[in-house]
Amino acid sequence: MHDLPGENAQTTGNLTPSAGSVEREFTVQARTQFQLILRRFLQHKLAVISVFVLLAVILLAFVGGPLWHYSYTDITPDNSVSPSGTHPFGTDNLGYDEFARVLRGTQRSLEIAFTVAILATVIGTIWGAVAGFYRGFADSLMMRFVDLVLTIPILAAGALLSHHFQSAGWWALALVIAGLSWPAVSRIVRGQTLSLREKEYVEAARAMGAKDGRIIFRHILPNIMGQVIVVVTILVALAILTESSLSYLGFGVQAPDTSLGALISQAQTALQGGQWWLFYFPGIFIILICLSVNFIGDGLRDAFDPSQQRVRA
Amino acid sequence: MSTPTDIPSIPGAGGPAAERGEPILAVRHLVKEFPIRSRGLIPRTVGAVHAVSDVSFDLYQGETLGLVGESGCGKSTTARAVLHLQKATSGQVLFEGTDLTTLAKEKMRLLRRDLQLVFQDPYASLNPRITVNEIIAEPLKIHGLYGKNGQQTVNDLMQRVGLNPEHGNRFPHEFSGGQRQRIGIARALALRPKVLVLDEPVSALDVSIQAGVINLLEDLQEELGLSYLFVAHDLSVVRHIADRVAVMYLGKIVEVGPADELFERPLHPYTQVLISAIPIPDPRRERERERILVQGDVPSPANPPSGCRFRTRCPKFLTLDEGQKQRCVNEEPPLIGRGLGDAHPAACHYAEIQQVL
Amino acid sequence: MSTIDSGESATLTATDTVLSVENLAVDFPSGDGVVHAVRGVSYELRPGEVLGIVGESGSGKSVTSMAVMGLLPKTAGISGSVKFRGRELLGLTDKEMTRVRGKKIAMIFQDPMTSLNPVYKIGYQLAEAVLAHHDISKEQARKRAVELLEMVNIPQPDKRVDQFPHEFSGGMRQRVVIAIAMANDPDVIIADEPTTALDVTVQAQVLESLRAAQRETGAAMVLITHDLGVVAGQADRVLVMYAGKPVEIGSVEDIYYNPRMPYTLGLLGSLPRLDKRDQSRLTPIQGSPPSLVNLPPGCPFTPRCPLAQEVCQTTEPELEQVAAGGFGLRGHMSACHFKELVAQRDPADLFAATAQDADLPDVFGKNDRVLERDQEPTGRQVAEDDFGSDEEDR
Repeated sequence: MHDLPGENAQTTGNLTPSAGSVEREFTVQARTQFQLILRRFLQHKLAVISVFVLLAVILLAFVGGPLWHYSYTDITPDNSVSPSGTHPFGTDNLGYDEFARVLRGTQRSLEIAFTVAILATVIGTIWGAVAGFYRGFADSLMMRFVDLVLTIPILAAGALLSHHFQSAGWWALALVIAGLSWPAVSRIVRGQTLSLREKEYVEAARAMGAKDGRIIFRHILPNIMGQVIVVVTILVALAILTESSLSYLGFGVQAPDTSLGALISQAQTALQGGQWWLFYFPGIFIILICLSVNFIGDGLRDAFDPSQQRVRA
Repeated sequence: MSTPTDIPSIPGAGGPAAERGEPILAVRHLVKEFPIRSRGLIPRTVGAVHAVSDVSFDLYQGETLGLVGESGCGKSTTARAVLHLQKATSGQVLFEGTDLTTLAKEKMRLLRRDLQLVFQDPYASLNPRITVNEIIAEPLKIHGLYGKNGQQTVNDLMQRVGLNPEHGNRFPHEFSGGQRQRIGIARALALRPKVLVLDEPVSALDVSIQAGVINLLEDLQEELGLSYLFVAHDLSVVRHIADRVAVMYLGKIVEVGPADELFERPLHPYTQVLISAIPIPDPRRERERERILVQGDVPSPANPPSGCRFRTRCPKFLTLDEGQKQRCVNEEPPLIGRGLGDAHPAACHYAEIQQVL
Repeated sequence: MSTIDSGESATLTATDTVLSVENLAVDFPSGDGVVHAVRGVSYELRPGEVLGIVGESGSGKSVTSMAVMGLLPKTAGISGSVKFRGRELLGLTDKEMTRVRGKKIAMIFQDPMTSLNPVYKIGYQLAEAVLAHHDISKEQARKRAVELLEMVNIPQPDKRVDQFPHEFSGGMRQRVVIAIAMANDPDVIIADEPTTALDVTVQAQVLESLRAAQRETGAAMVLITHDLGVVAGQADRVLVMYAGKPVEIGSVEDIYYNPRMPYTLGLLGSLPRLDKRDQSRLTPIQGSPPSLVNLPPGCPFTPRCPLAQEVCQTTEPELEQVAAGGFGLRGHMSACHFKELVAQRDPADLFAATAQDADLPDVFGKNDRVLERDQEPTGRQVAEDDFGSDEEDR
């Protein structure tokens, strides 16, 4: 027979239970915010594979390129040779080693793409956050400007501008593309800001006397980051394709430098001449990069989804 | 700094002014309207939602004033207008004599230290991306009060609301609803406010957890001498914690009085309907009770009825003769004493005590 | 006793069971493991009876009724038995369930805003419910629709029947949902938090309509809610759920006036009263409900229970009849090893009127509840030899 627990009552009047530590209640492992995000990302098999693929491509381009015994400017005596031991990707009609060219092209394309992504994201995020936060007249003005820029056809404008700045180098091209794609980011950021500014924790910050800047940078933007990262990955893919298109039209990177798009452009006639290796290899790299970036974007979007909280029935 | 204004007294105050002293918070003729704009190229204002229509009340130091009503009555908007989180359309909010509605932005920021808000939703009121330590420290940092002892202050605050300071490095999602609400309270206390406005602070919590938070709020009030403006729709909680209660309907206060008296001897038909509708967790009493049922729907706040706003649903209205009904339609009943003294006024021409418990 | 599929309803006597749930268990797969949302619910429902199922969040009360109606996703693992008039419902195909749903067992959900289809008129939706199970003309169906609206006290039903849902307020929509539930004279109504989303004056109207509808059709009702006031007024019998299992069941008077499970007592003690002046302090139940993944053995209420002893940690108590002296017909059962100790106690006797959350490190030493499983579990201030290491019990 058990003793009445009343015997051990504390002065507070609470009867001391002799068993049952409070730990028993929580049998789910704790996780930090970051670990949760990582875990959800890792559940996306395709996204994880894509990370490896992309890393491999980047390493190949930036490390493999310089290491390869042919440089992209080397003109070898072998003209139009199909893939072989010495030339894994073959050569073109001028004698350039195609493998070196493709690696160089990948390098260039990636540089442009990431520059575009970063620039467009920074500008677009700040623009969209300010517009969404203040609303009213400022918002209308800022977003009308965004609408305006969005109406400019990227290829036509890109072609025009890069035609004028031909000698300026690849970063000018990146600037141009960035300048025309930041509006898409600002639209999304503005939308998210509009909804987040109504959240109670933003109201709480206001009630404490927080200044606007603090609210935007400390409360709103960190909670949008998930969406923004996704947009970044999409921009990367878009930038590569745009650059490829511009180079295809002859307005991108100039000789002897090359990019994936330029390679494809030059290889147009090669297909008909039977030199398939000049077309397909650059093409495969473009596809690899765009696909993997896209899948990573998918994975990130799901990983940042805050609707998955602690596991509780 | 605007000079302290003379605060005109109003009925509903908790007693003769000489006894009570000046209220710490005095709201006078507060109005908040939300314009309804037509869509189109050039939006015009075609109407307004009268969320708060001429609301006046006093809050005295150390007391809890419950502000109750159903959805759409304007109590949350009132709370936010009092804190100047919503700009009032007109009216005055006098905090220790200073009118908050006309204060410059910088001065208002400073005064925010004295008036804090506790939110309803424990899941949405905390930024999910920053740690609890940072959440509680933020008000201190904003006002430059963090300093060297900042972390110690945060730890003290956590302990005071009944949480373990060692968990300060965790994120909100790792805590339960009741704990998050405590974090919200700790954050509100960080600046040592004088007045706490609590907007449905326990509605989102399970009943067994609610009780702990209610006890906490009572303790804190006693310990720190806080004054509470307690906005809620759960009358049982309000009866437990409030000293005085103000009942709102469609943007107006219809009755104010000391808590026990208001519940035991309600004057206004709406108060009677409200109290009668609340189920009591006592099977025998619950089945013996007589319910006053109200008909119809709540009118739209964009188009409130003329005269007395409750007349379209008022059970008493149906018992009146033509002449009396006309009065309800044409004349808005003022909030004045109706037989139980100035401390318990009601806004009804034909107010009558009816016990509903 | 009961007919199976014939669409005729056999008359039931007062002692027949119209719905019988036995050992119902529901599991959900999740990222962290299997969530045992419902862990063995059993109850019986007689015709015309109202059973109130109360519990807080995470108790599994809603999942139980979704399982009865066959509305759970395919990934849910359901076991046990649900018999409607003697016929087993679990394992029926969706097609077969559709014949039962709406006609024999009707369900009312919480959110009146989304329960109705916004693009069809109310009359149409009512008629649709009737026509789904009866072969009558459209005019007859419409007449029935107006009758139903009248039954739930909707004013001007002949005009309202041609209106759309958005022209109704929340409370009225919920009453329409009740009317639809009543359309086919069901034998059982399952109402899952029917008034939680509504204002209190509207709630009173809706509950009144629910009562009227139930009386008129003679249906039995399962009323699921967390509101102990609503249950006190509506239910004949009450089932209290905690952590996926019923912990106490009895007549409404038994539960409210003579609770025999510490959780029930704690719940009652934590309620502020509308009808009492000079109230003493509330007695909360410290801590939170357990996670339903990796539930440790023993009674799930142990960490929060003022009467917990070693046996509570090892053995989960079964629902057992309580000693005589109850108010109810079919007995008062409680799942607690110490149910007799709870008899005639005041909540304040057992629960402290504290303001603290269980987290605070206090005289009991470091109570690192939530998250540091990797740390040494430190015991509370109890006899040293009591239960050894916590880890062994998991």
